[in-house]
Amino acid sequence: MKNWRGQFLLAATLSCLLWASGCGKSGGSGGAAADTIKVGEFASLTGKEAAFGQSSHKGTLLAIDQINAAGGVMGKKIELVYEDNQSQPGQSATVVRKLITRDNVVAILGEVASGRSLEAAPICQQYKIPQISPSSTNPKVTEMGDYIFRVCFIDPFQGTVMAKFAEGTLKAKRVAMLSDAASAYSAGLGQYFRERFLADGNELVIEQKYSGGDKDFKAQLTAIKAANPEAIFVPGYYTEAGLIVLQARQLGIKVPLFGGDGWEAPELIQIGGSALEGCFYSTHYSPQDKSEAVQSFVKAFQARNNGETPDAMAALGYDSAMVLADAIKRAGTTDGAKLRDAIAATKDFPGVTGITTLDEHRNATKAAVIITIKDGKFQYVETINP
Amino acid sequence: MNEFLQQLLNGLSLGAIYALIALGYTMVYGVLRFINFAHSDVFMIGAFAGFYLSKYVPRETFGGGFAVLIGAMLICAVLGMVIERLAYRPLRSHSKLNVLITAIGVSLLLENTGQKIFGASPKPSPVLFPSTSFTVGGLILSSNQIAVFVVAIVLLIGLRFIVMKTKIGTAMRALSFNPVAASLVGINNDIVISFTFGLGSALAGAGGILYSMNYQAIDPLMGVLPGLKAFVAAVLGGIGNIPGAALGGLVIGVIESFSNGSRWSTWTDAIAFTLLILILLFRPGGLLGKLEVEKV
Amino acid sequence: MLPRAKTLLFGAILASLVAQALSGYINPYFLDVIIGIGINIILAVSLNLINGYTGQFSLGHAGFMAVGAYTSAAVSIFFGPRFLSTLGSGSAAIALLFFLALLSGGIVAALAGLLVGAPSLRLKGDYLAIVTLGFGEIIRVIFRNIPALGGALGLNGIPGYTNLFWVFAFAALTVYTVTAMVNSTYGRGFLAVHDNEVAAEAMGLNPTKYKIVAFLTGAFFAGIAGGLYGHYKLSIDPRGFDFIKSIEIVVMVILGGMGNTTGVILAAVILTVLPEVLRPVAEFRMIIYSLLLIVLMLTRPQGLFTPRKRALAERKTT
Repeated sequence: MKNWRGQFLLAATLSCLLWASGCGKSGGSGGAAADTIKVGEFASLTGKEAAFGQSSHKGTLLAIDQINAAGGVMGKKIELVYEDNQSQPGQSATVVRKLITRDNVVAILGEVASGRSLEAAPICQQYKIPQISPSSTNPKVTEMGDYIFRVCFIDPFQGTVMAKFAEGTLKAKRVAMLSDAASAYSAGLGQYFRERFLADGNELVIEQKYSGGDKDFKAQLTAIKAANPEAIFVPGYYTEAGLIVLQARQLGIKVPLFGGDGWEAPELIQIGGSALEGCFYSTHYSPQDKSEAVQSFVKAFQARNNGETPDAMAALGYDSAMVLADAIKRAGTTDGAKLRDAIAATKDFPGVTGITTLDEHRNATKAAVIITIKDGKFQYVETINP
Repeated sequence: MNEFLQQLLNGLSLGAIYALIALGYTMVYGVLRFINFAHSDVFMIGAFAGFYLSKYVPRETFGGGFAVLIGAMLICAVLGMVIERLAYRPLRSHSKLNVLITAIGVSLLLENTGQKIFGASPKPSPVLFPSTSFTVGGLILSSNQIAVFVVAIVLLIGLRFIVMKTKIGTAMRALSFNPVAASLVGINNDIVISFTFGLGSALAGAGGILYSMNYQAIDPLMGVLPGLKAFVAAVLGGIGNIPGAALGGLVIGVIESFSNGSRWSTWTDAIAFTLLILILLFRPGGLLGKLEVEKV
Repeated sequence: MLPRAKTLLFGAILASLVAQALSGYINPYFLDVIIGIGINIILAVSLNLINGYTGQFSLGHAGFMAVGAYTSAAVSIFFGPRFLSTLGSGSAAIALLFFLALLSGGIVAALAGLLVGAPSLRLKGDYLAIVTLGFGEIIRVIFRNIPALGGALGLNGIPGYTNLFWVFAFAALTVYTVTAMVNSTYGRGFLAVHDNEVAAEAMGLNPTKYKIVAFLTGAFFAGIAGGLYGHYKLSIDPRGFDFIKSIEIVVMVILGGMGNTTGVILAAVILTVLPEVLRPVAEFRMIIYSLLLIVLMLTRPQGLFTPRKRALAERKTT
């Protein structure tokens, strides 16, 4: 029969385990010790946004593999140390602290979601470790400090692009908006679109909101239908966008729907099906792009991941790692400050998501690509330069 | 007016699905006095069972559709009974709170294993029944929504029949009044409890299929939110009360629909819970429930 | 009540001061986990008062934590600069500011606890559980809809005032308060309400008052924990305070053995450390965690640390 002593022993053992795991590898010099360069990555590999985190992670892994296969950087191989934040707030801070102080990484790659990038940024800034976000588009992320970068465009740009697209190509002056109240990305993109669209003298006839994870949008769409817009802007993620378009058509809404880079994923068509015909969205890249860089990336990704086609998150995850490696090469060192400067000096880097140059705010000035869906396939429409 | 009716229709169809899930919660509670947290994940397994089963049947036919529905319900029934046997039965003599934790553990296990095995990205739901849209006087109704109503009503009637008119149903009711007395009159509690779980889980499986038909994407975490709302619905109607669960489901569905279609859509969850709390303040046993009188 | 309890309390606070002074030698990640342990101890012990000792099944504890986190963050961010500019920004001024911020977080959380505890008068068991869960969700939705506090993006830029001293001083205070309350003559009332409300009332106790006091106290400390959390993570997000978080705290209480403060503390430690220890198997981490929960419950249902004969939950007389 177990008694107090037994439990105490159990507790003591577990506490010792904690001590042991803690005391072990702490300390040590910067990540360029031994013969590998340690790079840290944090992503949402499980939990609600696991789809995005896993995607960008796969892109990053491919990049690291290719770099190492070609000999690594500065004569050393890159070792990717990655951690999962379970899509939960609070965990990114812990794992980034761990990556920096226990694993001694020279840089941090992450994250997809602006909220979680924001959580990690003060820590990277404090320890002077450069952070490159693959696809966080909220402007606040890079405002956290001069060690924080991103390889994608930011929402004010994207919002402007889509506002101009709506008036110019869709010829819509009365638009409805359906955004995700629980997503900072969606709220931000929606806000910039609204500012630009209204500033040009157009009208937002109605704005409705949903929560990420919802599957039923008929209530919101019914209200939108009653307001009779000429087009509907949906600045959310593909997980909901696909369903929204489908349900809109079921309710008899015939006007085009359009959105931002959150729509970008092969699953969009699987979910939305034929309802997506004639809809549009802006994104960073298209796997249909015939350029050699994109095609060889797509093929390499498919070979490594069971024929899965890479989406924008994967492509950006790939580019973030490539930009970092390039910066390390140019800096010739992994020292924090010099590496930071090298990243900041990235100019005309040939990424699969476009020619990447980092501006003085450490954001990437890149073109946006407009995609439409025709005959059940993604089709490139036009490129809009900043 | 048109918009109002359309929202009402949407709400009722959503509510019917919540009702199906709520029935499972309420049945298990009625017999065992415990909230089965893993119920919402059985719902998710039902949807995935449909996804994989649909590959073996001809698409968009009534026969194929029913086959998948029955198949998913059977799989879920078995899953529910297995969970009960392995995780809940050993704890029956202990405090309810321990079973609660075990249920939470099972729920997390199903969700995370699902993410590992099925992958975290959403998958498109298979098209099971031939799907069309009807326009009736300006209101739009899809055949899938009609399917939801029909199946839900059939299952509800079937459930009522089982509970009221069959031997095992009577045994279930006896157990819910007093487990000790029930075993004294010769009822095999283990079998009845197993059956209850199987039945409740089958309903969850049906709910999963209907849900995936109406909202064309499925993912391993799809059960969390509907499960929570269905749980609220079950309590709203009076937990342990079968018609109450159905009523609660419809009420929650309609509230959600009207709230989402209004300016206040970001407050939907808060509105639903506030109404729940207000109703419980005036009727502490739920809408149709009876508070147990404590005898001293 | 141990006559040395007050000495123990002051000893613990002093120890925290010493630990804080030495904290520069501890690896920051390790420190992160230890602070997480401390915060979870406060959360679990405060919930234990409500759930364990008084037997009120509350599933909304994360809501009180949220109220404390946002209130204290608002004080630090909006009033902090003016406060510091008048008093100078020496460490004494910062300490005072932080203490006031935490206190306001705790007090507002306690008020929320009053609001949540009120319906508990009429509701029992699972109905109460759902209502507390509902309140937790309502609080979360409210914060998500306040743009001044960041809305869906969350509140960033919270100054990092939390350190070992604050966390463990408050942890010691929480343990002391709860233990002192329950072991006093007045405090026997909590256990009486837990065991059998009708009998308690028949003996002349007022169950309503006890329940409200339990909610008030539990919520207050949860609010403090929320404030400490916010000023450590430097950013808070409404999604971090959802019902899943509430359930995590409930698991700690049940695993520790309801009504067993030592057990609950140990459970809090283990459940904070376990996910970190499992990081090397990150892909299977949650699967292993959930399996462990199931196995633990099946093998030691009375909680990890409660000898069978003292299991409080089994004292229920029906």
